Amino acid sequence: MRALETRGLTKDYPTGSLLQKMKRALHPLDLEVEEGETFGLIGPNGAGKTTTLKLLLGLVFPTGGEARIMGRPLGDPEVKQQIGYLPEQPYFYDYLTGRELLNYFGQLFGLSRQERDVRSRELLEKTGMTDAADVPLRKYSKGMTQRLGIAQALVNRPRLVFLDEPMSGLDPVGRREISHLIRELHDSGTTVFFCSHILSDVEQLCDRVAILNRGKLIEAGRLTDIIDVSLHAVEVVVEGLSPELEKRIAASFREIRPHGPRSHISFPDIPSFEKALPVLIEGGAHLVSVNPVKETLEDHFFREVNAGGRE
Amino acid sequence: MNAVADTRPIETGSRVEGARSLRKIGYVALNTYRETVRDKVLYNLVLFALLMIGSSYVLGAVSVYQEIKVIKDLGLAAISVFGMVIAIFIGIGLVSKEMDKRTLYSVLPKPISRTQFLLGKYFGLCFTLLVNVLVMTVGLYVLLFLMKHPFDPALLKAIFLIYLKLTLLVAVAILFSTFTSSILAGLFAGFVYVAGYFSSDLKNLESVVESTFLPQLTRVLYYVLPNFKNFDVKAAVVAGDPVPWTQLSWATAYAAIYVGLLLVGSCWIFSKRNLK
Repeated sequence: MRALETRGLTKDYPTGSLLQKMKRALHPLDLEVEEGETFGLIGPNGAGKTTTLKLLLGLVFPTGGEARIMGRPLGDPEVKQQIGYLPEQPYFYDYLTGRELLNYFGQLFGLSRQERDVRSRELLEKTGMTDAADVPLRKYSKGMTQRLGIAQALVNRPRLVFLDEPMSGLDPVGRREISHLIRELHDSGTTVFFCSHILSDVEQLCDRVAILNRGKLIEAGRLTDIIDVSLHAVEVVVEGLSPELEKRIAASFREIRPHGPRSHISFPDIPSFEKALPVLIEGGAHLVSVNPVKETLEDHFFREVNAGGRE
Repeated sequence: MNAVADTRPIETGSRVEGARSLRKIGYVALNTYRETVRDKVLYNLVLFALLMIGSSYVLGAVSVYQEIKVIKDLGLAAISVFGMVIAIFIGIGLVSKEMDKRTLYSVLPKPISRTQFLLGKYFGLCFTLLVNVLVMTVGLYVLLFLMKHPFDPALLKAIFLIYLKLTLLVAVAILFSTFTSSILAGLFAGFVYVAGYFSSDLKNLESVVESTFLPQLTRVLYYVLPNFKNFDVKAAVVAGDPVPWTQLSWATAYAAIYVGLLLVGSCWIFSKRNLK
């Protein structure tokens, strides 16, 4: 069974107050997310990512098309029982404490008092919020609110969790912890659907991605299928590169950029690098690092979005 | 098993769906009550109302032979006015504030319908008002006790009708709150309250105005707007006139029907609304 499936899901918003002109926020969207996979929805601001999430969560209603979650239509109460959601820049009831918020949401999921207590304790610990559990939310920093947001999204042990910009507002430690948590969810079989601007996170965590731009789906598939995995260059950092040595390898490299005592040499491929390597060593240069350069999701994303944007 | 990784389905029990639905309304109501009682504005209003009830003692002292009447008059007026302020100012924010602050985004994807959410908000505020009215009532009776006035159960009839009026006003405020901003909802609810208080005068307007359009408009308003005067027996109670139980029953039924219709309308509007 697919965790999520959309067919022609479309959303128009009225723009004029009197003339009721409609603006298409999401063009007919066909998406499929398999159960247990981590799926990333990426796109620039205004691409339609949040609109897609709001449609799937019943916060806004589609103009056309349909969607099914866990095989059931949107709005089915059983669907809500099995999903979790972290909104972008979440804002919760600031008069509650973190523990009270988790308890309240646990009540809405029909958890018993004992289950709520256990689950709250587990999640507060998991998100590093135990010390702030009994502090009112109005005193939380942005990062703390984000951590609590992730905790509340998991209170019901969802089979499918929607995370909108889960790393937003987190420091490097927090980002690493949340990345770890998303991997744990993935390993446990939970389907994770997340939107992010931080493409390196998406690249590290997702099995498949979809790129949205201006409300249209540009591309969807496995990372290995959509990114060109062939080698683009070999970046080598050396120390002690003399002008004479540079002349001797001139036929092999593509570009040299000096950085203080070091030089960054870009070779077009491995054979060119292998040809230049003995010359460099014999000439007295010290090898600092060798990095194969491949296309990243970020490179691919910008190429696709720019191509779409210029249409 | 790992805490987060545990994907066992949550046991939701085998109770009937209706009971589960009522429980969810109760949870939202309890949270709404918690929201209002943790709001400092509410305490300021209640404190101010109690001060006003207390100040009636001073005014009563300068009203020769009228002390008790003045205290009862001002006490009931304080309960009514401050209850109205709480009903409108908190009622208008119940839904629109949740939309403005986007707290709804994390609540509505949970297994709760928009109708359950709205009803929970309504009953939560009604419960807050009940507690406030009770506090003010106790304040009034304490003052009368200090004045060595015997317990007057008739006051409770007036206070009960004031409370009914407030529950109706909350329903009006929630209706506007579902489709407009807090400020406009406050203005509209205030207009309905004032117009509803004078709705019987609206009906009589046709006898003093020659225009054909205005009387038609006022007649429509008379039938559409709730008549808040139906809940005002303060003068009768203070004067010692009897307030029959039939009047209380009729007013209760009137409020129940109006509140029911307003909540149905609010739920319908809210269920269709896109949360941008």
